[in-house]
Amino acid sequence: MQKITEKHLAEKAKDLLSQGKVSAVLGWRRGEFDYDVTPALFTDADEIENGLVYNCFCGANLSKYLVSKIRAVEGRMLVFLKPCDTYSINQLFTEHRVDREKVYIVGIPCNGMADITKIRNAVGEGITGVSGDECLRVETLYSDEPAELCLADVMSERCVNCKSKKHVAYDELLGDEGEVLDSHRFDEVERIERMSPDERFAFWQRELSRCIRCNACRDACPACTCEVCVFNNPASGVESKAPVNEFEEKMFHIIRAFHVAGRCTDCGECSRVCPQNIPLHLLNRKLIKDMNECYGEYQAGEAVGGVSPLTDYTAEDGEPGDLIRRRDTDA
Amino acid sequence: MRKCLYKDIHKIFARVAEKMPLYIPAKTGDEKAEYKKWSEGDELFEGLNTVKSPKDLFFPQSEDLVRFKTEGKNIEITDVREDKGPFAVFGVRACDAKSFEVLDRVFLTEPRDSYYASRRENATVVTLACSRPSETCFCKTFGIDAGEPGGDVSAWIAGDDIVFSANTEKGSAFLDIIGELTEECSCDAVDREKEKIAVIMERLPLSDLTTDGFGGGKTEDLFNRAEWAELSEACLGCGTCTFVCPTCQCYDIKDFKSGNGVVRYRCWDSCMYSEFTKMAHGNNRLTQKERFRQRFMHKLVYYPENNDGLYSCVGCGRCLKSCPVSMNIVKVMKKLGGKKND
Repeated sequence: MQKITEKHLAEKAKDLLSQGKVSAVLGWRRGEFDYDVTPALFTDADEIENGLVYNCFCGANLSKYLVSKIRAVEGRMLVFLKPCDTYSINQLFTEHRVDREKVYIVGIPCNGMADITKIRNAVGEGITGVSGDECLRVETLYSDEPAELCLADVMSERCVNCKSKKHVAYDELLGDEGEVLDSHRFDEVERIERMSPDERFAFWQRELSRCIRCNACRDACPACTCEVCVFNNPASGVESKAPVNEFEEKMFHIIRAFHVAGRCTDCGECSRVCPQNIPLHLLNRKLIKDMNECYGEYQAGEAVGGVSPLTDYTAEDGEPGDLIRRRDTDA
Repeated sequence: MRKCLYKDIHKIFARVAEKMPLYIPAKTGDEKAEYKKWSEGDELFEGLNTVKSPKDLFFPQSEDLVRFKTEGKNIEITDVREDKGPFAVFGVRACDAKSFEVLDRVFLTEPRDSYYASRRENATVVTLACSRPSETCFCKTFGIDAGEPGGDVSAWIAGDDIVFSANTEKGSAFLDIIGELTEECSCDAVDREKEKIAVIMERLPLSDLTTDGFGGGKTEDLFNRAEWAELSEACLGCGTCTFVCPTCQCYDIKDFKSGNGVVRYRCWDSCMYSEFTKMAHGNNRLTQKERFRQRFMHKLVYYPENNDGLYSCVGCGRCLKSCPVSMNIVKVMKKLGGKKND
């Protein structure tokens, strides 16, 4: 199997630009350090040569940027998407938020993305360099010898529990096609389900009371595509700039989880961007798991079009109440 | 100077807490930390920075200002502030200590903000030198010395000891409180620690970052620079950078109808948000590029212009660590610094 590196991405981007097949390229730009990669739009070959990066810090899901960026570009926009990102773009196509004809998707392989917080916890402050892919060499200011870390040990939670290495949307692929994986992504949800109501309340109170209302979860979420959110509309009366009590944030996060239910592909951006490391994805996963159990297995973004469990009705649909009773009886 | 064994720091906390509430950076799980009121069992966070800065202690994320109640034609106005009295905050880093000076210039110049002022007057700030700064630290750029953290009391961890030195009267009073638990000591260990810190500061990857090209009077040079478009293109418009920033001081004042009158509250606001300072005529910053530019122009040009050259960034590096798309003031300064408008 050919190993795909950022050089292949750069060649592909320059190639498609020079052929005029695309007029802009959405990828990731190198930062000050090895890990502070920023999503970026490239329009010329030199910029791509010098700036485009693809490493284990390219966690940002680029699909949502298409909603706004594509308008600024004449012609098609190339976007590099990892397998999990392609579920998001399919969902955006389904919801008519992005015009399929204006996008040229290059699917790229992903071995899992690193979580810099986990690396920092392992090696301490002062990270001056991170290189390698499956085995990371981390240089720090406070040690003469670089630390060696396995990517698997410092991977983001969403990658540890990767649901799919398969690209469900692309115009072309770099590397081989992967497969849908048998992940353990619902294990943590099950653990929380087994808690007593008091324990569960305490768990979420502890997590959500750290929320600082920065809205990064909402702004990064590819399913949250309203260009002006109701919470940014002073006329809505629900601007909610200050909590009534320290746990009021639960309302925001629970409502948001319901709002994206059936559309959330479980890409995990909400938890990646949270400055307080709140495991927000667990709320979404709980709803996905419940929908699977009530209405049959469903993966949002697996295909374009169709109806989701919450926009469809069949006589066989389970009742959420029955589900809870069944679970209680089993327990 | 006075010292005690660093491993006995909890005894210091317990003694101080007998006299007044004490806030320390404490772990909140997952290696993140925040300032919280100390109680027995709370352990000092040994990492560098809390997610949110200690500005919360003086300028809380939200606070009730006043309550109104109408009955017929009468309006009853209640001052709802609780004067919590003296308190101490321990473990403030040099950058965060400097940020209080930045905030003071906003809140303590006329018209003086009495809510903020009362908390500042009541606080004893105990700082802690940074033995292990992060690669994201650039306080030196703004003339801050991580080895001389300032505040009312400066503290250093030197070898097995923690050493305290009072800088103000409030600081001396603090040392009196912990007097029995500490012993007089010379400056030698502290001097060695300061030298060590100075060496590290030079080795930090951002140690060469300068403010060249920024400061008062640079509006014309910087405002229309083409680079703002690229710098801002990935900005999500979330409020993370502004909420973790120790110097961001913008707020909104709103009324909450409680059903039993009105509570007027103040809360942090963010120039990154589309409705920020929205006025009757609409909004004067229509795109994220303009909002993004405002944040950095404010920190690097407008604020120093109005405050004798003091920048409203202290180089704490929180935005470098928290921005979901890794866009931050360092990248802005490197891109725009030291060049003229072309």
